Amino acid sequence: MAIEGTFEPVIEVEGLRTQFGDNIIHDNLDLVVRRNEIIGVVGGSGTGKSVLMRAIIGLKRPSAGTVRIFGENFYEKTPREQIEIERRWGVMFQGGALFSSLTVAQNVMAPINEHLKLPRGLAADIAAMKISMSGLPPDAGAKFPSELSGGMNKRAGLARALALDPEIVFLDEPTAGLDPIGAEKFDRLIVSLKESLGLTVFMVTHDLDTLHATCDRVAVLAEKRVIAIGALDEVRRSDHPWIQEYFSGPRGRAALSAKAIDGGPAEKD
Amino acid sequence: MQPAAYTVDVKDGLLRLVATGDWLARHLGPLDADLRNLEDDSVGRELIIDISNIGRIDTAGAMVLERVLQSCDRRTDLSKIVGATAAHQKLLQDVRPHLAPCEVEPAHRNAFLMMTNRLGKGVLEGYYVAIEILNFIGLTLTTLLRVLQDPKRLRVTSIVYHMEEAGIDAMPIVGLMSFMIGAVVAFMGAKILRLFNAEVFTVELVGISVLREFGVLLAAILVAGRSGSAFTASIGTMKIREEIDALRALGLDPIEVLVLPRTIALVVFMPILAFMAAIVGVIGGGVVAAAAMEISPAFFVGRLQETIAMSNFWVGLIKAPFFAFVIAIIGCYQGMEVEGSAESLGQRTTLSVVQSLFVVIILDAFFAMFFLEIDF
Ligand SMILES: Nc1ncnc2c1ncn2[C@@H]1O[C@H](COP(=O)(O)OP(=O)(O)OP(=O)(O)O)[C@@H](O)[C@H]1O
Ligand SMILES: [Mg+2]
Repeated sequence: MAIEGTFEPVIEVEGLRTQFGDNIIHDNLDLVVRRNEIIGVVGGSGTGKSVLMRAIIGLKRPSAGTVRIFGENFYEKTPREQIEIERRWGVMFQGGALFSSLTVAQNVMAPINEHLKLPRGLAADIAAMKISMSGLPPDAGAKFPSELSGGMNKRAGLARALALDPEIVFLDEPTAGLDPIGAEKFDRLIVSLKESLGLTVFMVTHDLDTLHATCDRVAVLAEKRVIAIGALDEVRRSDHPWIQEYFSGPRGRAALSAKAIDGGPAEKD
Repeated sequence: MQPAAYTVDVKDGLLRLVATGDWLARHLGPLDADLRNLEDDSVGRELIIDISNIGRIDTAGAMVLERVLQSCDRRTDLSKIVGATAAHQKLLQDVRPHLAPCEVEPAHRNAFLMMTNRLGKGVLEGYYVAIEILNFIGLTLTTLLRVLQDPKRLRVTSIVYHMEEAGIDAMPIVGLMSFMIGAVVAFMGAKILRLFNAEVFTVELVGISVLREFGVLLAAILVAGRSGSAFTASIGTMKIREEIDALRALGLDPIEVLVLPRTIALVVFMPILAFMAAIVGVIGGGVVAAAAMEISPAFFVGRLQETIAMSNFWVGLIKAPFFAFVIAIIGCYQGMEVEGSAESLGQRTTLSVVQSLFVVIILDAFFAMFFLEIDF
């Protein structure tokens, strides 16, 4: 477990450039994520947040620059070493990405069975715990993803991401599509896991409330790079027009004022 | 890093479990069975779990400890976990409300019942599928009538696209297969007919079998495998991604937009494929005849003209659009029936090919009887 207050980097992205054909998504992008922090990545739609996440977890090879995770360059490892690294992180994709031919419980058990040779009963117990932690009712375990609502799919995706107690979890818009009560429980769960397990969280989100409630630092993606990074209050003071609009628009203000009066009813604009 | 371990001792009727090592998920496998036995034995007894010497611990470890604790009777406060650091305490607290097991799979019932159930379902399904396909044919035809009243609604671009995809792109493979079949028929036929000194009848053999049956059947089989399955897969994927629902919600008729262009394209193009298959097949036969026997191409063509009635050729061509219709309809129907999972898509694609081949062969048998009766 990490000692509070150390700034040991777990993800280091340097001079990253990614592109699809001629379409350059990131150019000369730098980002450092420290151990045991929750970093929120924000940015407009299509600015490449999901692609950045994919570049870090080894699904989108950069065309220039380096990505180091746990101090190692994933793309230079042998497949066997890559698997060893992969089991140290958990990923929740934007669309849930559950295996549609497995039930929710089987989905959560899949990484457990694959990476840890555990007795079936114990694996099922662990899966049940993760499912319950992500806020799904127990009867969801035996259901297939196609029988779940969009929000429930997200939660199941989270349960699967947490299955192996990873050191880093990557969450792509975890609270989009959740009801506000569910989203708040989700925020609390993330913070609590971070504290008790020393989790590092890389979270792409548009949800200002989640940003306020959970994130230690915020990175803003625009113009193909990280234009600002730091504690929320610092980033908010930046005078980049997008940041101003993002945090000072009606929604940004509402989320802020709700926080200021500590959970009391937010005033309507 | 030490794997998880524990010892149990009894003092004054009080069970005391001392846990050591790292209680991480990957170490818990060997302990689980013993711990479950302990749980069964310790029901109704007081249990103290001492974790002051424990190393690292993750949610799985915390869950197992809590599970052991909760499985004994906790009416008194004597049962508890002691020696936890603040971080461990927090983890145990996080885990505590989430211990209830959940079902992993939908409940299974009695195996014999399931089997009879499946059998019955299979039989009924055969019946319902037949009705539903008829229903689907009716739906497609009425949609076609409606569209024809306002021909502007015919999606020409889409039709042409599918003609290229399912028709023109299939020509090389259909031609090649047909050539081979024609050659094989000529070769085998010649070998046997030679025994009767009747080698020249190879021409009739090739002419009738290829023109009447093999050409069109080969085309149908390849189209069912290539395009019938592709129809199912593409429409099925759209179904999974809710694109079909989106079409409906936009006021577009999926039958009109998806099924009709594919069906029309196939029905129009299949005779062309069948024609080509027949001609190339005959050429295959002719090439073998010239190469392996003393039947010159000129003689082959001459005898073909003399002995093979034109009706053989027409029989082959007449069947083509019917086969095409069946293949397109079944392919699209199965696509529309895809539900939710990738698995269902796979099953439906298989079903689409199997069913369309089955129906094509049945239809072919009916055609054979029909043409026999009317002496064509
Ligand atoms: N597979 C792909 N092929 C080509 N271009 C792609 C691909 N995936 C993403 N892109 C492009 O990369 C850019 C960034 O996409 P990305 O999915 O990262 O956006 P995002 O920031 O996650 O947006 P959102 O908030 O809407 O999820 C977009 O312009 C998109 O068109
Ligand atoms: Mg995205």
